[in-house]
Amino acid sequence: MPGSTPVSAPGEELAAQAALPAPARRRRRPRWLRNIGLIGSALVLAAIVLAALAAPWLAPHDPYFQSLNDRLLPPYFVDAERAVPAHPLGTDNLGRDYLSRLLYGARISLLIGFFAMVVSGLIGTLMGVLAGYFGGRTDTAVSFLVTTRLSLPIIMVALAVVSVFGGSLEVVVLVLGFLLWDRFAVVMRSATHQVRGREYILAAQAIGCSVPRILWQEVLPNVLSSLVVIASYEMAQAILLEAALSFLGLGVQPPLPSWGLMVSEAKEVMLFEPWMIMLPGAAICVLVLAINLLGDGIRDLTVPEGRA
Amino acid sequence: MLRFAVRRLLLALAVAFTVSAIAFMLLRLSGDLATTLAGQEARAEDVERIRQQFGLDRPLILQYGDWLWRALRGDFGRSLFYPESVGALIRDRLPNTALLASLGLVIALGLSIPLGMAAALWRNSWLDRLALMLAVLGQAMPNFWFALLLVFLFGMTLGWLPISGTESFANFIMPAMALGWYATPVLMRLTRAGMVDVLAADYVRTAHAKGLPLRVVLVKHALRNAVVPVVALAAVQFGNMLSGSVVIETVFALQGIGYLAWESISRRDFPVVQGILLVVALFYVVLTLLTDLLNAWLDPRIRSR
Repeated sequence: MPGSTPVSAPGEELAAQAALPAPARRRRRPRWLRNIGLIGSALVLAAIVLAALAAPWLAPHDPYFQSLNDRLLPPYFVDAERAVPAHPLGTDNLGRDYLSRLLYGARISLLIGFFAMVVSGLIGTLMGVLAGYFGGRTDTAVSFLVTTRLSLPIIMVALAVVSVFGGSLEVVVLVLGFLLWDRFAVVMRSATHQVRGREYILAAQAIGCSVPRILWQEVLPNVLSSLVVIASYEMAQAILLEAALSFLGLGVQPPLPSWGLMVSEAKEVMLFEPWMIMLPGAAICVLVLAINLLGDGIRDLTVPEGRA
Repeated sequence: MLRFAVRRLLLALAVAFTVSAIAFMLLRLSGDLATTLAGQEARAEDVERIRQQFGLDRPLILQYGDWLWRALRGDFGRSLFYPESVGALIRDRLPNTALLASLGLVIALGLSIPLGMAAALWRNSWLDRLALMLAVLGQAMPNFWFALLLVFLFGMTLGWLPISGTESFANFIMPAMALGWYATPVLMRLTRAGMVDVLAADYVRTAHAKGLPLRVVLVKHALRNAVVPVVALAAVQFGNMLSGSVVIETVFALQGIGYLAWESISRRDFPVVQGILLVVALFYVVLTLLTDLLNAWLDPRIRSR
């Protein structure tokens, strides 16, 4: 053991692994604290969902109402003297209330994120479960589709499709849904492959259950935990992509208050009013972080050995 | 190995073929190209003349075959906006994107390998937690927003780096940071996981026990084995960077193929879009093919799958 070098940790690491089944530190922590990431992210996410649902009541103004006399008012935390009580987070360069636009923007991110996740989840889960259950040719076909999908540059294809069909919410949801199913397929395939040989599946086969019934009643409930984890990651991914598409002008169209679009609109005045890009960007960041941490928390809860 | 290589090559060819068909159909089925070309005020006979001139009145499958045959020989047709051919445009811009993505990869590996190693060595320490927090936060930030924050900090406030253009090497630094930052979390997690596995392996214990200096154990025995999957993933990340460059190059107005793609999509310059889509997709196919072959060569277990 190289005690003279400052780096003695790897040796300790080896020793610790041999001697202790689990790090002592974790045992000392109270049980509920272990899931602090899960609880915290669930609370943040719930708050954002509630704010989005209650936007008409929470928002002080109409998010589309322009008032050229009140352009570019700063928020309170930037310049308390110039800020006005009617616009606590200021106004954008068309005089629209920023707080109201941020609240309504949460609706767009959540709607697109959720439904794109549902679409891609349906496609990917169907493919993955079939590939994992049947193997052979089905498996080859699905892995071919996944490889093809992965080689298509996602942003470019999405931009091109939106430019052709127009940037409505439905188009963005469908484009993202049809581009983000690959991870669902890969994970569901290996999860299904793992449970395929288990006794309860063999039993169901032996008593003559139909294939759809086996997949629905026996396979799906047993791969549900991985499904939920992937669903959270893909929802976060869809939210980030929507923001990027809208930022590039080929996603959600003005005057809708998409957070990505708000960053793009604030870009021109970012030298003088940097808070205008900070707020919507931070909103995306917090939402995506909450969803990702929720997914991590669920994963740690359901598959403790899955932690690296 | 040969059997695996042939099968993998056939898969890559099939994927390349499908991708080319998708690139063609995506922009051809979407509407009447002749009307777009002729412009909104064009008379009906002008539209018809353009349709014949560009061969748009022929069956779709013939048009596709024709397009693919020309594309294979490097002829992607003409841009509707630029005087140059699509091939010349792509050849012109590709080096910029290649430099950008390479720099991005260097930054990503330069951050993720030391950080991932340190996180694995001092597992559950403050450093490990900090690295994990950075990774989680990094994955949550929208890339265009991170790029704008860089612009605000280094370009506007400190005035160290130019905020847009392609003129000098300095123009590539911020875009490369933005691209690299995005590839770092996943590479770092993989380095950490690989190091954790390798450090627990018997040959590292043996190397320790026979009294080799720690540096030798870490670099020669541990890192060399932990880094193989990282290199494989880095190749895939390089491919992802080519498509991620659309956003980043647009933010920095860097004249690469990503910016060209965005401009062409906004202008409905479809021949250019098809060409870029095909080139980027083929690049990714070749990259993943080489990675898989390399992996199979290094690890015989993969070949039997």
